[in-house]
Amino acid sequence: MISALAYGIMWNRLIAVVEEQAQTMIRTAFSTTVRESGDLSAGIFDLDGRMLAQAVTGTPGHVNSMMESVGHFLKRFPAATMKAGDHYITNDPWLGTGHLHDLTVVSPAFHNGHIVGLFANTAHVIDIGGLGMGPEARSVFEEGMYIPIVKCFSEGVANETFFDILRAGTRLPVELEGDVYSLCACNDAGIRRLVEMMDEFQMSGLEDLATHIFDASRRATIAAIAALPPGTYRADIGSDGYEAPVHLEAALTVGSDSITVDFQGTSGLSTRGINVPAAYTRAYTAFGIKVVVAPDIPNNTASLEPFRCIIPEGCILNAPRPYAVAVRHVIGHLLPDLVMGCLHQAVPERVTAEGASCLWNPPLRGGGSVSGQATANRPVLPDFEIITFNSGGTGARPTSDGLDATAFPSGVRTMPVEATEATAPIVIWRKELRPGSGGAGRTRGGLGQIMEIAGRDDLEFACNAIFDRVANAPRGREGGLKGAAGHVMLKSGPALKPKGFQIIPDGDRLVLQMPGGGGMGDPLTRDRALVARDLRDGLISADEARDVYGYDAA
Amino acid sequence: MGLDYRPMTSARLAVDIGGTFTDLALERDGRRFTAKTLTTSDAPEKGVLTGVAAILADAGLAPGDVSILVHGTTLATNAVIERKGAVTALITTAGFRDVLAMGNESRYDQYDLQIRLPEPLVPRHLRLPVPERVDANGRVLLPLDEEAVRALIPTLHEHKVTSVAVGFLHSFTNGAHERRAGAILEAAGFPVTLSSDVSPEMREWERFSTAVANAYVQPLMQGYLRRLQTGLSAMGMDAPVFLMLSGGGLTTVDTACRFPIRLVESGPAGGAIFSAAIARAAGLNRVLSFDMGGTTAKICLIDDGAPQTARTFEVARIGRFKKGSGLPLRIPVIEMVEIGAGGGSLAHVDALGRIAVGPESAGAMPGPACYGRGGKEPAVTDANLVLGRYDPARFAGGTMALDADASRAALDHAVGSKMGIDAGSAAGGVIEMVDETMANAARIHAIESGKAFADRTVIAFGGGGPVHACRVAEKIGASRIMIPPGAGVGSAIGFLRAPVGYEVVRSLYQRLGKFDVAAVNELLEDMTREAMTVVDAGRFGAPVRAVRTAFMRYVGQGHEIPVRLSDRAIEAGDASGIRASFDAEYSRFYDRPVPGSDVEVMSFAVAVATETLVHDEPAPPTIAAGPARTQAVQDPVTGEIADWPVHDRNTMPAGTTLAGPAIIAEDETSTLVGALWTASIDDHGIIILSRETAA
Repeated sequence: MISALAYGIMWNRLIAVVEEQAQTMIRTAFSTTVRESGDLSAGIFDLDGRMLAQAVTGTPGHVNSMMESVGHFLKRFPAATMKAGDHYITNDPWLGTGHLHDLTVVSPAFHNGHIVGLFANTAHVIDIGGLGMGPEARSVFEEGMYIPIVKCFSEGVANETFFDILRAGTRLPVELEGDVYSLCACNDAGIRRLVEMMDEFQMSGLEDLATHIFDASRRATIAAIAALPPGTYRADIGSDGYEAPVHLEAALTVGSDSITVDFQGTSGLSTRGINVPAAYTRAYTAFGIKVVVAPDIPNNTASLEPFRCIIPEGCILNAPRPYAVAVRHVIGHLLPDLVMGCLHQAVPERVTAEGASCLWNPPLRGGGSVSGQATANRPVLPDFEIITFNSGGTGARPTSDGLDATAFPSGVRTMPVEATEATAPIVIWRKELRPGSGGAGRTRGGLGQIMEIAGRDDLEFACNAIFDRVANAPRGREGGLKGAAGHVMLKSGPALKPKGFQIIPDGDRLVLQMPGGGGMGDPLTRDRALVARDLRDGLISADEARDVYGYDAA
Repeated sequence: MGLDYRPMTSARLAVDIGGTFTDLALERDGRRFTAKTLTTSDAPEKGVLTGVAAILADAGLAPGDVSILVHGTTLATNAVIERKGAVTALITTAGFRDVLAMGNESRYDQYDLQIRLPEPLVPRHLRLPVPERVDANGRVLLPLDEEAVRALIPTLHEHKVTSVAVGFLHSFTNGAHERRAGAILEAAGFPVTLSSDVSPEMREWERFSTAVANAYVQPLMQGYLRRLQTGLSAMGMDAPVFLMLSGGGLTTVDTACRFPIRLVESGPAGGAIFSAAIARAAGLNRVLSFDMGGTTAKICLIDDGAPQTARTFEVARIGRFKKGSGLPLRIPVIEMVEIGAGGGSLAHVDALGRIAVGPESAGAMPGPACYGRGGKEPAVTDANLVLGRYDPARFAGGTMALDADASRAALDHAVGSKMGIDAGSAAGGVIEMVDETMANAARIHAIESGKAFADRTVIAFGGGGPVHACRVAEKIGASRIMIPPGAGVGSAIGFLRAPVGYEVVRSLYQRLGKFDVAAVNELLEDMTREAMTVVDAGRFGAPVRAVRTAFMRYVGQGHEIPVRLSDRAIEAGDASGIRASFDAEYSRFYDRPVPGSDVEVMSFAVAVATETLVHDEPAPPTIAAGPARTQAVQDPVTGEIADWPVHDRNTMPAGTTLAGPAIIAEDETSTLVGALWTASIDDHGIIILSRETAA
């Protein structure tokens, strides 16, 4: 009989094992999205495809969707057929994490000759061919290479045919191949540590530990749900959409042992790549609930299972194959705001106002494929493909301001400007906070930021815009005001579309004004010292201080 | 070792100012004296002078007998943590006013909606942009607007700014604009730190943060060091003063005044140097240094007698020691992992029914429940006491009575009652969990460093290290532990073992495929000259060695690994050899090299230091043993209670051997000899613990 004490120790160790797995990926990855920005996740699963533990490092969109993914791998390659040193891979948006740019690798772990579990990880790569990152495709087939679930390493030996095809289909063959190696190396690291752990604790399998983890997690999650006032809470939120505005609607029901979100009333599918596969919808819905209701309980199958979704067919949150889905995060990132709109009616002291939410990541491209061949009197940039990760402000919190220019709900980091400029022929002339953009309130929304980007020597380049909250500013709560809406424009003045492929011509610059978070509570009740500080720091203007906050600087 | 070139008959003195105590160690003619005095935070030199007077009296020496004083201090760190530095301004590139505030735009904890992010040391109204721009290749895109710099001077006076940092984009490739702006501000009377001087490396947030932190602590540190020199002179001590750097070398007061931020982690660095000296003396190539104090445990890997080093560090973490919750510094440091697991770390049961220990700490006030100062929550020290792992009569040299009943009550209330177990089992669970936490930290730290952790000798010190070493060693697969004497003032002793040295790091991008040999050689020579100038000031003619390192990665990767370069000038044909070294290093970290990729060098380092020599540790004298004693000890894993013999360390001469289980007690700590372990005392008074392991 193993004591609860001993299981607690083993559980901690398992979380350390998957953290090692994630750290190995960050150390070895090629794509800036992984190594600089942390757009990844890593976890360990039992032979039924249930997730036991997940690395603390990682981003929410991958978590739950990767969790569903392992079951699909096991259907295609049953555990009994797997051998030590095998690695399996896919980027199928419906079997993985929602778009072709995310690779998921699953690897079996063997102990004393027996398969005992599976390690899985997901990472966002820079290029997977096709149109490139952006909303323009009309079906998934235009969005890039489509990798079904296949074996990329067999008993430690690389599947050269697979790698030949992989390299041929991308603009960045070295990086993409290197990233696949990194994903396999990271699972190998996890497997090694698991074997050591099982030896030390004299375990022959993971079943008993899994049972303990799942029981304890389910109990704790249900206890957290039981502490909420039961009922059904409704909210909605708007996205700019691509060809038409998108309306998201949710009815969140707190039951005795589960929380169910019904998306009835949500807009239908788009013709472009902003559609969201169901697994990704479930991922960000669960994150939005969990961060409010049970933030301290580690992620695993049992702690996430009580958070359920009903997603009607034909709605934009349940995109079927082969709808285009490349930028599903644009709408997916709004789901925690939507969920919190519901939960605010149940536990107002635990939720935030709406934030910028959707990352403002401009995919930039230049060179021959944008400008054609250089001629004597018209130089063009060298070929490049790059994306930088940038954030607006988060929503105001009940007792503190929102965070300025900080990613939420996504867990990614930005890249240093100096590193970006060393990699691509662009000059970022401005990247700083956007004064006046934080929604006013008793607590203020976080400020957005402004970026100004030019081609080197002011040469032409293109941006495949994937921005949101241009027509739908983040809303405040409890009398707090909206944050500033986003705005996309040329430095010379004309506005650009928030979504789609657009040229920034010679001599001009791309300007991104990112949204600020919504405020919370009446601005007139804001601590005067904080208003004075914001005014001193130029975060609000004298007019806003006087007219909105009722603050007399004199 | 450079300092050993001084005559051995002269006295060498080390002073380590910590948060609570100032530790001193003095060595002369193979004898060692140690002392502790209370730190006088408002004027730290007072505590130092008091301690110096006391230790000299103990050793029977006059101030003039001291040939060298080596000094380390947490003063700079505390100024940053407590926000007591200078009113500092940052002059920066227009368009990048908020680099310090935006950081990496992420949250270090994904699930904490109430998260706090560290506030920049310079508020926005003192982050002052001026028009200028240099590109990634060092080309000037926009000339510096010198008038705009001059126009800021009244603003600086208006806000009573006393220290200024200048941080411009890409200044590590071309620092001319920073130098010009700095000259204008210096002419106006401001002390100036340039980001291209203090940390000439890529990544604007880290570089600006380092420059600002340097400027922030500079007036304070300069003032303190000058006052200390005056005070020492006044008492008749004319010995040169050296400062311990966070990178493990020593430097002069002048250099410390220019780059005080390089002193931040000098105390823990001293501890690692202490371990490294013992490792060298014992001829151990693979060591894990384990320093467990009251609030944290610090773990450092030591290979071939040298502590592992790194180029980044976070100071003043606000999120319970979480990575990403501090201010980034890009300076040479001894690489160690510090976790919130110490004697004062508090235990509770989390929502999932698991025991959790730390990082919250009882601190010195109220302290663990057993201190009887009002602490009601159980700390690791309480669990050790309840299990019988301390000799309560010897705790803190017998100066402090411990209340085991208070410990039991606290464990019952916070752990036992919630899990349905008695106080003894609860204590066992707390100890097992804290040992597991430290072992996990050691493991992950080793992985991140690309090193194996098994088969290392553990060198344990600090108040808690010798108590927890056996179990932690078992968990990481180590079968040999060393507990050196003087473990309570390990950092100060480490100062006496440090080489005089200085490291310079600079970014210079190179593809190995088209290596610019002339540019690299010129850079390396320039860096060597810079480091040598600093070292020359304090080496007293001792021979020095320059170690050159390239930080390399596959083109497109984001994390570099260090590769040693040869000592001679690089030649055109060397690229293939450097490539081979990189592939080998990479495979050592990550199993397989990546085919087809070119390799790039992001930056170079030159570390110049006096040679490190093997140093014979002085053995402490022993006294006659008292009557035999035993103590009831409960095993944290099995729960069994047995009588363990208790030995006094200062009665055990070299050659003594005993089998576990046993406790070896001393004033500052006690060494637990586990049931599977054998203890012996070597010629230097070090306790060696070893165990048989199944092959």
